[in-house]
Amino acid sequence: MTNTMGTETLIEVAYLIATALFVLSLKWLSSPATARRGVFAGEAGMALAIAGTLLHRGIVDYKWVAIALVLGTIIGIPLGKVQMTAVPQRTALSHAFGALCVTLVGTAEFYLRAPDIAPFMMAVLSMEVILGSLTFTGSLMAAGKLQELLPQRPITYKGQNFVNLALLGLAIAIAIILVIHPEHTKLFPAMILIPLAFGVMMVIPIGGADMPTVISLLNSYAGLSAAAMGFVLNSKLLIIAGALDGSSGFILSVIMSKAMNRSFTNVLFGGFGQIQASVAGAKEVRPVKSATPEEAAGILAAANKVVIVPGYGMAVAQAQHKVREMYDLLTKKGIEVTFGIHPVAGRMPGHMNVLLAEADIPYDKLLEMDQVNSDLPQTDVALVIGANDVTNPAARTDAGSPIYGMPILDVDKARTVMVIKRSMAAGFAGIDNPLYYLDNTLMLFGDAKNFVGSIVRELSGGDSHG
Amino acid sequence: MKLDLITSLYVFMLAAFIGFEVIRRVSPLLHTPLMSLTNALDAIAVVGAIILAGEHKSNLAAILGTIAIVAATSNIVGGFIITDRMLKMFKSSGPKKP
Repeated sequence: MTNTMGTETLIEVAYLIATALFVLSLKWLSSPATARRGVFAGEAGMALAIAGTLLHRGIVDYKWVAIALVLGTIIGIPLGKVQMTAVPQRTALSHAFGALCVTLVGTAEFYLRAPDIAPFMMAVLSMEVILGSLTFTGSLMAAGKLQELLPQRPITYKGQNFVNLALLGLAIAIAIILVIHPEHTKLFPAMILIPLAFGVMMVIPIGGADMPTVISLLNSYAGLSAAAMGFVLNSKLLIIAGALDGSSGFILSVIMSKAMNRSFTNVLFGGFGQIQASVAGAKEVRPVKSATPEEAAGILAAANKVVIVPGYGMAVAQAQHKVREMYDLLTKKGIEVTFGIHPVAGRMPGHMNVLLAEADIPYDKLLEMDQVNSDLPQTDVALVIGANDVTNPAARTDAGSPIYGMPILDVDKARTVMVIKRSMAAGFAGIDNPLYYLDNTLMLFGDAKNFVGSIVRELSGGDSHG
Repeated sequence: MKLDLITSLYVFMLAAFIGFEVIRRVSPLLHTPLMSLTNALDAIAVVGAIILAGEHKSNLAAILGTIAIVAATSNIVGGFIITDRMLKMFKSSGPKKP
């Protein structure tokens, strides 16, 4: 008896230390200098928690646990080694896996305990499986869209919000019935199937540019469902880990929604992706000025201060390594080059930073929106690579524009603006960008990677002569 | 039992506050690694799955638990690997060694 007591204390101590390590892990992540230590702390905490759990005296059958741990590791390793450009879909997929785990455990717990489930317990169990299952399918959908297995265009239809709210309302109604009458176990599968359908419906209207918000939101849901699971299992460790993940996703969602100028309720209820292209009116063809790679290279070489604004187009064209070559050549000439990163540039929070860091661009050159905006009026050249709506001055000036009020990078305030773009096609929201018609704007038409490559050739050619 | 739930609510509330304060300080530079790291940590749900599969109280519970372990473990392993890979790439231009 004392022996089992000892083991139990040992497990609790292991969990306690693991919890502390998890908090430290996130604390150390706050700065690039200590961030890797944070990963180590997380790994140590995880190892400790799993080791402690394996000592649990109730465990009678280690065979399947071992097989599952090995199998999970085999699947996990390739998922950890994906290309950096595939990180958004990998992240979405991992939200799906996390939610799957939580939903399955919740389902098993229900059938083990039913019909004797106290109301509060049933309420958190319902929250666990509802959030878990809608996060599971929602994340799978998001991953499918990001991997381009599914159409990336938003799919909308009349009454969409009504259908979605009805599904969610139905799931909650079933949860309430089960809280009052947990003996109606036949209702339980519906409480999983309806949120599964809701998850799909929720992500269908989401376009690519809204992905950062959606991924953050799903992250938050995954965390909250894990915290709910902690309540069900009475595990403080799980409650804390879930709360940390939930608040992280929540903070990121708020940052993303602010950067997209969406209200917070809009985000909470998944009403994003609703920007309609209301500018279908008369499309006059206005003249734009364009430039060749030689001209662009000349302008860059003559500058003192250059700000590069990357967007999803850079990621699609895989242009980050060419951008780095250009950065090196310009820096060598004594030109100050920085990068302006909009919070929603790319497909997930921080997407651009990771790609540019992968290309070996020092992180202290990657500046946030506020910093860059105070620099831009003193900047000679702003070079926009594959970004569109986040540079649209209509967000500042045109109250009728669907993106009016969205914080943007004020590239139009630079002395010269150069925009690398495939064609004059509008951005995700179908909104025309007045930036392109300004007197100080030059359009550089072409594929981002090829165009930057041509600029690099020009710049290095000039170098060898001089 | 009632007391347990109340305590759990306190724990949740305090952890959420700590999460807000700690994560608010994370540089936007590291938001992608932040998400992959919290995802790996969130997979601590594996402890519940291990107990479920190991206790083998019913066949259903054991099967669901086993699948849940696979899902969570792949998040733990993949999440930590990719977070570390990403963080290794972040280099400062300063002369100091990181």
